[in-house]
Amino acid sequence: MNKSFLIGKFWDPDKVFAAAKRLKEQGVMIYDIYSPFPIHEIEPFLNIKRTRLSVASFIYGCLGFATAVTMMSLLYGAVWPMNIGGKPSLAFPDFVPITFEMTVLFAAHGMVITFFIIGRYWPGKKAFLMDDRQTDDVFVVAIDQEKVADEAAIRSVFEEEGAYEITTKDFKDQ
Amino acid sequence: MSHVRSPIRQKWLTNTDTYGKITEDITRPIEAKPNMTWLFWTAVSGLVMLGGFACIAWTVYKGIGTWGLNKTVGWAFDITNFVFWVGIGHAGTLISAVLLLFRQEWRNSINRASEAMTIFAVLCAGLFPILHMGRPWLGLWFLPLPNTRGSLWVNFNSPLLWDVFAISTYLSVSLVFWYLGMIPDFGTIRDRMARGGKKLASQIYGALSFGWEGSSRNWSRYEIVSLILAGLATPLVLSVHSIVSMDFATSVIPGWHTTIFPPYFVAGAIFSGFGMVQTLMIVTRKVYKLEDYITMDHMESIAKIVLATGSLVGLAYTTEFFTAYYSGVLWERYLFVNRMFGPYWWAYFAMFTCNVVTPQLFWSKKIRTNMVATFIISIFVNIGMWFERFVIIVSSLHRDFLPSSWAMYTPTWVEAGIFIGTFGLFMFCFFLFSKYLPVINMFEVKTLLHHPKKPDHIVESVGGETTNA
Repeated sequence: MNKSFLIGKFWDPDKVFAAAKRLKEQGVMIYDIYSPFPIHEIEPFLNIKRTRLSVASFIYGCLGFATAVTMMSLLYGAVWPMNIGGKPSLAFPDFVPITFEMTVLFAAHGMVITFFIIGRYWPGKKAFLMDDRQTDDVFVVAIDQEKVADEAAIRSVFEEEGAYEITTKDFKDQ
Repeated sequence: MSHVRSPIRQKWLTNTDTYGKITEDITRPIEAKPNMTWLFWTAVSGLVMLGGFACIAWTVYKGIGTWGLNKTVGWAFDITNFVFWVGIGHAGTLISAVLLLFRQEWRNSINRASEAMTIFAVLCAGLFPILHMGRPWLGLWFLPLPNTRGSLWVNFNSPLLWDVFAISTYLSVSLVFWYLGMIPDFGTIRDRMARGGKKLASQIYGALSFGWEGSSRNWSRYEIVSLILAGLATPLVLSVHSIVSMDFATSVIPGWHTTIFPPYFVAGAIFSGFGMVQTLMIVTRKVYKLEDYITMDHMESIAKIVLATGSLVGLAYTTEFFTAYYSGVLWERYLFVNRMFGPYWWAYFAMFTCNVVTPQLFWSKKIRTNMVATFIISIFVNIGMWFERFVIIVSSLHRDFLPSSWAMYTPTWVEAGIFIGTFGLFMFCFFLFSKYLPVINMFEVKTLLHHPKKPDHIVESVGGETTNA
């Protein structure tokens, strides 16, 4: 990452919310907001769309369902029919438990793996921190310097909404 | 943004006014050096675990002839222990998934430890069916893998195979749910360790945190993923114990062949799981001084669930009895009379007293808020639920249709050793967890703090200049 940010630091999530709302009203593009826990309903101020991971999960679930049904019908109906007490080997009611478990298995793991891939998370990934307390008790509103039209206006919003520090942060490629 | 909140609503946090304090209180055990008490109990549980492993090794070496099973009672201690541990494993996902969907805020401080408990309990449970196979190295034959034996495939009509799928799905999904929940907390610990100059610890937790930054984009997706996982885990948790109950219910043995089993087993599982949560939480909050996070209100809520599910289980016992009488089936009737007054009457008596009578004490607020009494009752619940499975399994088998094949079952020292060993394994894992991982979900607890105070590290709150202390 080779970027420079104008950042405002807060200690109260309510103030962050108010600041983000005002910045959005002024047409400022917020790069991101960093917080120790999710601040609900802040997404519209950052133009974050609702993730489609739920759709992905549904598709993975369908895949799991299809895999289970195909596997069992194929193995039990064609490849290796078993006669147990004269009962039919291709008995769909008996397939329900395994089909359900496979659906959940695929939906859950598929979704989580997709979440890791699209969010670019991997073990040992380096975190770019605006403030080393942003995962503890500090909330940071970051604005990309390249997209700043009127820095004074942004600074005054930060100040009026109670930021305890307004500064810049540069990330350079190593 | 924190929503409007009535001042008369219950507070799930006491004596906590900054987010920093939450981080500090919960990471304290991780940062502190292991003390003698912790080392002692970890060593004791480790030794018990090793003893269990020795009994397992003996079983594998000699075969399951070392157990007390006979032709009449072919399932006994091992399946009892399996169902017992799986049952305990149910509270964790119930707390983290079902209570999340119901927006129960009190789950926030107990979900992490309960999920850990779930995973360790399911690990213990998994040992028993694998050992009962006699040749555990052939355990892979349970999976529908292409093979050179015919090719011979598994029996998809068998509830035992459904169990393989259910338990493995449950274990892996619970593990993912648990780990995903810890990622933001690992980020918090990583940064805290870095600030404290602990480079190695920061690197380890950093690797575990997957580069978590806590940006709104991260959180937005993260919350949806957690919610959907909860939605998937909720029917999963109900299905797992239903399937375990079908191991019995799909047979034609009197006492097992009943449609009440799935809901009865699920209620029992939640009951026993919450019993274990109670036992562990009482100790954890005391030892790690987390009374401000796991408050008396939390303990009361758990007690109320134990009371409700205990009564449900009592209802199931009575319904079972009534159905046996009402069915008019000779064998079914005999079995239930034999269960109560036969040679295993003491097991039935222990089950009924511990599971139905003892939890009724929780009607009293005095007892719900008395931690010594609650601890004792929770132990009774654990014992009672073990006996429930013993009663269902052994008392249904030991006197079968032919009186000439009636037999008694007594466990051998090997079986007892394996069972005690699983307690060692469970506690050993739990001690390690409580020392090296955050026992309480920090970020979720932080959402419960409304209108925080200004943190001490901020000297003055003015715009413009750097004021970090």
